[in-house]
Amino acid sequence: MAKYLLLKHYRGAPAAVNDVPMDQWTPDEITAHIQYMRDFATRLEGTGEFVDGQALAPEGTFVRYDGEGRPPVTDGPFAETKDLIAGWMVIDVDSYERAVELAGELSAAPGKGGEPIHEWLELRPFYAELPTVTE
Amino acid sequence: MTEVLPEALVRSLTPGVLGILVRRGADFAAAEDAVQDALVEALRVWPDDPPRDPKGWLVTVAWRRFLDATRAEAARRRREDVVEPAPADVPDQDDTLQLYFLCAHPSLSPSAAVALTLRAVGGLTTRQIAQAYLVPEATMAQRISRAKRVVGGVRFDQPGDVGTVLRVLYLVFNEGYSGDVDLAAEAIRLARRLVAVIDHPEVAGLLALMLLHHARRAARVTARGALVPLAQQDRGLWDVEAIAEGVEVLQRALSRDRLGEFQAQAAIAALHADALVAEETDWVQIVEWYDELVSLTDSPVVRLNRAVAVGEADGARAGLAALAGLDESLPRFAAVAAHLHEKGGEVEVAARLYAEAAVKATNLAEVDHLTRQAARLRAGGS
Repeated sequence: MAKYLLLKHYRGAPAAVNDVPMDQWTPDEITAHIQYMRDFATRLEGTGEFVDGQALAPEGTFVRYDGEGRPPVTDGPFAETKDLIAGWMVIDVDSYERAVELAGELSAAPGKGGEPIHEWLELRPFYAELPTVTE
Repeated sequence: MTEVLPEALVRSLTPGVLGILVRRGADFAAAEDAVQDALVEALRVWPDDPPRDPKGWLVTVAWRRFLDATRAEAARRRREDVVEPAPADVPDQDDTLQLYFLCAHPSLSPSAAVALTLRAVGGLTTRQIAQAYLVPEATMAQRISRAKRVVGGVRFDQPGDVGTVLRVLYLVFNEGYSGDVDLAAEAIRLARRLVAVIDHPEVAGLLALMLLHHARRAARVTARGALVPLAQQDRGLWDVEAIAEGVEVLQRALSRDRLGEFQAQAAIAALHADALVAEETDWVQIVEWYDELVSLTDSPVVRLNRAVAVGEADGARAGLAALAGLDESLPRFAAVAAHLHEKGGEVEVAARLYAEAAVKATNLAEVDHLTRQAARLRAGGS
């Protein structure tokens, strides 16, 4: 019973095997891809392993505190930002091995030519609750 | 129905009712539906006509509902009525025990067994379990219904393995506290009930272990959520009643002379509880119990904890020697090594190891604690 974050990157992950940008796919290929992602989430709801999933728009803003009484400073979006998150899914699974298995399945989502994208997904464990027995 | 019927009453009765239906041959999911129907009926009838024997009432109504549902299903499938007549009731103890075995059945994954145990034996709602484990209610509902399907075909023709039940309860206990449901307290409640229905020293050992650790809860974290190590805990905050009960339960278990892992762990916890100040801790005896645990489990995690005890009993050098040969990728290896090096006066090594341990820790309270340890040593404090 551990929660993991599956992170999908617009930029920042190593190149996928089937690395063709989505705007160069056919409409049917796009439909098939989206259906795969939905089916995956639905299946994880069915196995009792789904926690959350969201997609993010590519263009964001950087914000920082600028001192007492001053409005926050905003900047960006920056075209040169190396790491750009596209979305995430949170799963709650029995083991690290199961998390890897599921990430592998999600990475098999079809892309150009209906072939798996083999996209690199980042798998990050959540911090757990402090266990009751620690010594 | 729990809004109107007293929740404590409902939670204490439903597992037994469910157990009787399953024992009579109802499959798990159908039995639970029938019990839920009976509770709805109770909600309607009891306010004006309270039963003398609430549990007997629930069994009768739930069994009738189960038969009705099964007959309807059978008719729908145009088959003959296959429901067997209800066998005579067996003692309630066995029903409760069988329900524990069923919910911890080896065919279930740990998370499924935990969820089903809390639902069917603990009587918690799906929503409460979902909140406790920080997952959506729909996800938890699916986890539970899958678990029910998995054990649906299990029949009680073989004795269950109490070890699997103990592992499930320990998992519940160790999850600690998040949300409205106190899982540690719930695990203790379930262990107490198990002790009442099965005579087994390891069951008592687990209950003792839980009581002794639970007793220290108020002292384990500060008001701001910071972890307080055992040696620095305010022992005045320990729950002396829970400790007394834990020690008594443990002594009775140990007198049976069938030592097991949980009894040995409880014995270590009892020795800690026995020291009014940390300096009075009987580390020599604790090391002896760790030796017992090593011979019982041969677990590298136990050897790691043993190294801490050896460090206290025989000094830092002995502790580090006990650490040698253990796999450095073990959880908390770096934290233990840091502690022993600090004890041996190697401040710089200890600071580096604390920082390394912080990166590897798996919960935020330990991350913060270990980071503070590294910072303390680097700032030249003690």
